[in-house]
Amino acid sequence: MVLGREVKRMKLGKKTKERLRLNIMRILLILVIAAYVLPFYWMVSTSLKSDRDLLLVPPKWFPVPPQWSNYRKALEFFPFFSYLMNSVIITGGSLIGTLLTAPLVAYGFSKIRWPGRDFFFFLMLSTMMLPYAVTMIPTFIVFKKLGLVNTHWPLIIPSFCGGGAGNIFLIRQFFRTIPDEFLDAARVDGATELQIYWRIMLPLSKPVLLLVGLFTFIGSWNNYLGPLIYLTDERKYPLALGLPAFLDRYGTYWNWMMAAATLSVIPIVAFFFFAQSYLIEGIKLSGLKE
Amino acid sequence: MKRKSGNLRKGLLFISPWLIGFVVFTVYPIVASFYYSFTEYHITRPPVWTGLENYKSLFHDALFRKSLLNTLYYVAGHVPLELIIGLFLGVLLVQPLREIAFYRGVVYFPSIVPKYAFAAIAIWFFNPYVGLVNSLLSLFGISGPMWLSDPKWTMPTVILASLWGIGGTALIFMAAIKDVPKELYESAILDGATKWQMFRKITLPMISPAMLYNLVMSTLAALQTFDLPYIVTSGEGGPANSLLTYVMYLYRNGFVYLKMGYASAMAWLLFLIAAFLTLLIFRLSRRWVFYYGSR
Repeated sequence: MVLGREVKRMKLGKKTKERLRLNIMRILLILVIAAYVLPFYWMVSTSLKSDRDLLLVPPKWFPVPPQWSNYRKALEFFPFFSYLMNSVIITGGSLIGTLLTAPLVAYGFSKIRWPGRDFFFFLMLSTMMLPYAVTMIPTFIVFKKLGLVNTHWPLIIPSFCGGGAGNIFLIRQFFRTIPDEFLDAARVDGATELQIYWRIMLPLSKPVLLLVGLFTFIGSWNNYLGPLIYLTDERKYPLALGLPAFLDRYGTYWNWMMAAATLSVIPIVAFFFFAQSYLIEGIKLSGLKE
Repeated sequence: MKRKSGNLRKGLLFISPWLIGFVVFTVYPIVASFYYSFTEYHITRPPVWTGLENYKSLFHDALFRKSLLNTLYYVAGHVPLELIIGLFLGVLLVQPLREIAFYRGVVYFPSIVPKYAFAAIAIWFFNPYVGLVNSLLSLFGISGPMWLSDPKWTMPTVILASLWGIGGTALIFMAAIKDVPKELYESAILDGATKWQMFRKITLPMISPAMLYNLVMSTLAALQTFDLPYIVTSGEGGPANSLLTYVMYLYRNGFVYLKMGYASAMAWLLFLIAAFLTLLIFRLSRRWVFYYGSR
C-alpha cells in the first residue's frame, strides 16, 4: 500500500517535472520567435509611420494613425509592378526549365541501367560544391557573345540543363523508391522508355516535383548576383535589383523604404502560406539521406 | 551486349540536358577561366597572355588581402554560430508542444525571405541613432555601438543579421533528431542516464552526418557571401572596406573594372580555397562523424 503510494507520487513528480521542462522550452521558443518576428514587425510598422514619428526616441511601437499614403508615395518612385512582372518572368522560366528537364535526367540516373552511370552521377554531385563565382566570368562572356546580356535569358537558360544537381538528386531519390518490376512489366508490353517515363513515372512523382518546384521558386526569386551581372536596363530589373536601387536613391525616407520592402516581401509571404507544410516536410529530404 | 549499348544510348539521352549544361556551363567555364587567369582581358579586346602576372599582382594587392581576411572573418564567425544556434533550435523544435508547427513555420520563414529585402530592413534596424536595436539597448542604459558605420562593428553586425536566415539548417537538425531510434533513449533511461548525457552520448553522435552536411554547406555558402554585405554598403564595401568580401571584390574587378583576367585569377584561387576547405572538413570528419548501422 505505502509502496504503491510512493510510486504514484514519484510518477506524479516526474510528470510535473516534464511539464515544467516543456514550459521552459516553450518560453525559449517564444523568445526566439520574438527575435525572428521583430524585424518584420518593425518593417511593417515603420512603413505606416509619419515622417515625424520616424525619428522619435524612444520609438513608437504602433503607427497611429497609420499613414497608408506612404505606400502610394513609395509607388510613385518604386515601379513595384514592373519589377514584380520581371521576377515572375525569370522565376516562371526557371520553373519551366527545371520541371521539364530535372525529372528526365533523374530518370536516366535511376531507372535505366547503363555503364558509366555512377561515374556521371558522382560527377554531377561534385558540381554542387563548385562556387558560382568560378564559372561566372566565362559564362558571362559566352552570353555576351550571344548578344543575350541585358535580357532575361541568361537567368533562365541554365535551368533547362537539368535544373541543378540538388533538384536532380532529390527526384532521383524519389524515383528509386518506385520498384523496377513495375517498369519491367511495361517494358515487356513493349512500352518505350519515354512512354514509361511520361505515363508511369511522372504521374507518380507529383509530390517530389512540387517540392522541386518550390525550391526552384525560392532560388530563382531570391537570386541577386545573377541579375546584377546580366541586367543593366532598369525596365528589366526584377525585385532583386529594384529594391536595392530604390534603397540607394531614397535611403533616408525610411517609411517609403519600408513600404517598398513590405511590398517586396508580400509575394514571399503568400508563397510561404501556400507552401510551408510541403517545404518543412520536404527539407529533410534535401541531400541528407543516401 | 546489344541491349547494353542500347541502354547506354538511352541513358545518355535521358541525362543529355544535364550533360550539355555540364559541358557548357561547368567544364568550359572552368577551363576558360583558368586560361583567362593568365591573361590581361578587357572584355572588348581579345585576351593577351601575361603569364603569372595576375597572380603576382594579387599577392601585392592590399584590397585582395583585405577581402580574403574579411571573408575568413565572416566564415569563422557565421559558421559556428549557424551550427550551434541551428542545433539549439533543432532541439527546441522537436519538443512535443501542441503549437510546435507554428514555431517551425516562424523559424523557417525568414530563411526564404530574399537577402535583398532583409538588407533593407537590417540597415534601418541597426541605424545607430534611430534604429530599433539601439533604442532597445538604451532602455537598459546601454549606449549601443555604431553598427554598420563603425569598421570594428560592421562584420559582427552582418554576422548577427545573417543568423536570421538559418531556419533551413535548424529544420535539417530537427529532422535528424527526430530520426534517432527511440530504443536508444529507452535503454539509456533504464540505465539511469540524464537528459544531458543522452544528448551528448546518443543524439550528437547520431546526428553527426547532418552536422557534417550543414558544416560543408554553411562553409561553402559563407565563403561566397555577397548579397548582404554588398547591399548594406551599396556595393562599396563599407567603412575602411571592412565589409568588402572576396566575391564582392571579384565582382568589382570583373564587372566594374572589366578586368576579366584578374577576376578569373581570383575565381580560381577561390576554387582552390573552397576545394581545400571541403577536403579538410571531410578528412577531419572521419574522427567525429558516426554512421549508424554501417559497422
